[in-house]
Amino acid sequence: MKYGMLIDYGNCTNCGTCEIACRKEHGIPLDEWGIKVNEIGPKKLAGTWEWDYVPVPSSLCNLCAERLAKGKLPACQHHCLAKVIEVLPLEEMPARMRAIGSKVTCYLP
Amino acid sequence: MSEEKKSYLTEESDGVLKVRTCAWSPPGDHPVGCGVCLYVKDGKVVKVEGDPTHPISQGRLCPRCLALDEVMYHPDRIKHPMKRARKDRGKNTWEEITWDEAYDILEHKIREIWDKYGAETIFTLTGTGRESTLYAPVYGPAVMNTPNGASTYAFSGEACYGPRATITNYLLGAGYPEMDYAQYFPDRYDDPRYEIPKYVLVWGKDPLYSSPDSFFGHSLIDLKKRGTRFIVIDPRLTWLASRADFHLQLRPGTDAAVGMGLLRVIIEEDLYDHAFVEKWCHGFDELREAVKDWTPERVQEITWVDPEVLVGAARAFATNVPSSALWGVALDQAKASTQAGMCFLDLLALTGNLDRPGGVTLGKPTSFIGQWRYDMMNVLDPEMAAKHIVDPTGKYELFNTGAAMGGVQGDTLLNYLEQKLPEFKEVPYKLRMCWMIGTNPLACMADQPQRWYKAMLPLDFIVANEIFMTPTTMALCDLVLPLSTFAEHDGLVTPHFGRNQHFIGAMNKAVEPLDTKSNLEILIDMGRRMRPEIWEKMASPEDFFRDKLKEVYDWDYDELRGEVCRQHDYEYYKYETGGLRDDGEPGFQTLTGKVELYSMLLPVFGEQGTPYYEEPEYSQASKPELAEEFPLVYTTGGRNISMFHSEHRQIPSMRAMHPDPLATINPVDAEKYGIKEGDWVAVESPLGRAIQKASINEQVCPNLVHIEHAWWFPEQDGEAPNLYGVWDANANNLIPHESVGLTGYGAPYKNGMCKIYKVDTPKG
Repeated sequence: MKYGMLIDYGNCTNCGTCEIACRKEHGIPLDEWGIKVNEIGPKKLAGTWEWDYVPVPSSLCNLCAERLAKGKLPACQHHCLAKVIEVLPLEEMPARMRAIGSKVTCYLP
Repeated sequence: MSEEKKSYLTEESDGVLKVRTCAWSPPGDHPVGCGVCLYVKDGKVVKVEGDPTHPISQGRLCPRCLALDEVMYHPDRIKHPMKRARKDRGKNTWEEITWDEAYDILEHKIREIWDKYGAETIFTLTGTGRESTLYAPVYGPAVMNTPNGASTYAFSGEACYGPRATITNYLLGAGYPEMDYAQYFPDRYDDPRYEIPKYVLVWGKDPLYSSPDSFFGHSLIDLKKRGTRFIVIDPRLTWLASRADFHLQLRPGTDAAVGMGLLRVIIEEDLYDHAFVEKWCHGFDELREAVKDWTPERVQEITWVDPEVLVGAARAFATNVPSSALWGVALDQAKASTQAGMCFLDLLALTGNLDRPGGVTLGKPTSFIGQWRYDMMNVLDPEMAAKHIVDPTGKYELFNTGAAMGGVQGDTLLNYLEQKLPEFKEVPYKLRMCWMIGTNPLACMADQPQRWYKAMLPLDFIVANEIFMTPTTMALCDLVLPLSTFAEHDGLVTPHFGRNQHFIGAMNKAVEPLDTKSNLEILIDMGRRMRPEIWEKMASPEDFFRDKLKEVYDWDYDELRGEVCRQHDYEYYKYETGGLRDDGEPGFQTLTGKVELYSMLLPVFGEQGTPYYEEPEYSQASKPELAEEFPLVYTTGGRNISMFHSEHRQIPSMRAMHPDPLATINPVDAEKYGIKEGDWVAVESPLGRAIQKASINEQVCPNLVHIEHAWWFPEQDGEAPNLYGVWDANANNLIPHESVGLTGYGAPYKNGMCKIYKVDTPKG
């Protein structure tokens, strides 16, 4: 089954948990990353604040295949404080993205 | 019950043991008590994971717990007791000793001071909401027989939690009023008794990154996904404020004026809950009179808040029941903390959101273990108790006689140590010894930290319980007792220190503590040496936990350890059923039996019974003669998630997330003062300056600068005078001493006037 990573980035608060959980799980050194949170804003667009944090998995991300095989959640998803990361089979992705509705994206790292 | 829930230990493959526990400290945190699984191999914690069975955290963890191994096995961690000659204070001449020797030194010193000067010449200092706060208040009276202990901080206006807890005692007669996030229910937001709050008012708090007091901050995101909307009162554009329907971007320190403006809209537009006010509130007419002149336009003049936003927020909050609210340390960290706190509680009362589903939960002011702490603080004979240090002119009577937390008022303590003010010239005795339990005041709490440093230096003997050398231990201590982390000792986690406690957690020891001990172990060991008559029945922490649980619950310590986290049940509308009063009668535990919109007791202490506005002492309006030189307004102390106050600066992955202290400046001001992103910039008040790295963005409005608190640099030279660079970036250099409320509570850590200018290096 092919999996992807959904990010509900409208609710990502930049807690940084995904970065460190990933690093600890996979033994990634401090100057590299398995996932990184990017900041966009804050800036007013047409009078409304735009300020998003968007985590992006790197090429080191294997969607925690070993954890998934053991029935566990990927390390970033397991610990994410805002619960904005979901690793899902690709066929479930469109329905889940529709349910979240806005500011949602999907990665195949 | 599943097998997993019965035992906190599970054998995994490859000789790995999984230990389920509740986190507290060290390393630092408040009693949120997140569920943690520690994976142990060959006696070491090799991995940390969130416990999915925990009802509040549900598997989630913040970066600090995930980096626990970096704290436990850090090369700089203090691994044995350390002593240093008094003449070498500030020098790195520490010598490793055994616990027996450390305890012998301590016992000898205490006895010597008892004999030569009297027990009252010893005082204790403690810090913010760590595990130590359960036990630190007992060290003074029950080990050293001194009245100058309890909850004493090197901290102007005891400007954290104490003010909020105290005003709640006066107005509601209740424990800490916490937002209802279904924390009492096993199935949480889905429990049929629960209602999702329509709005949450977040006032002076940024809980996503601080999980303050005991609140699991990201519950707000859980609720946001379920439809909750937000009103944010904060000088900064926080991430949550950027997503709020209403952001009241106030001038720091003017919270009471904003509060009165909100109350006036709700009263004058007749949006308040008549039934609740008539039946359960006292003093509505007095409150109406107090706020009647606070029109939105007048509020804007004082506070900068847009009148439309103010009115919109008041209407939204009052007409959408249930709505909830959170109040933060920003309300404590202004001189007018009492008045701002009154406004917050009045808003909840007028809108009928107290003790109802989706509103704000209430508990009794008495607490689990609180009775023990209270009893232990009362082991002094009356003659000794009367030697408690108070201001000689009679100031701060409320703090000294009617407070929620006790202790020596922080400003009074510095005045007493310095003996510079005329009324302090002839004190009845000089202080000789200090025991610090979970505090690093020179880096974090102390207003005018260099004054505190100089005032503490003459003491005969200073000891601290710590996990790392800090600027404070390096500057001042003669003996350091090394603490075990929460993975290395047994303990209990009590959210809100027992005063509105939604669960009790077991802190289960996962690995041996090396040559370190917990604050409770040290307390019992030294208690048995110094005052065996008090401690004869308590040989170990386990005795203590068994005893205390037995007094309150019909289940025991072993069951708690197995379950790790046991939620309490909750009953709403206790003011109708009698659950808020000791006598079991309906109503609130106040003099009038009602919510006191007009406080009966505050006037007894010279304070007004309803809120009023007082301009901060250091502002362009109060000090026009300084306005030209100091044209900007500063605020301080916004949290970053990878650091707990002054902790975590030496933890590699936490420091990498936030390597430098940041001064946030609006692009307009940066342009005006020639400051570029990443420049070192001095932020200077009439009292002192802090040098931080410029971060230029719109998280602050023009004319406002935000600086971070509690910075020091473990990588720098620790010896005096540098002391790990503690004076360089220190926000408290700017903070006045004793610009506090009449009650003794509230100090302007979060507001003042400043100028900014570029400097060449972080040393200036």
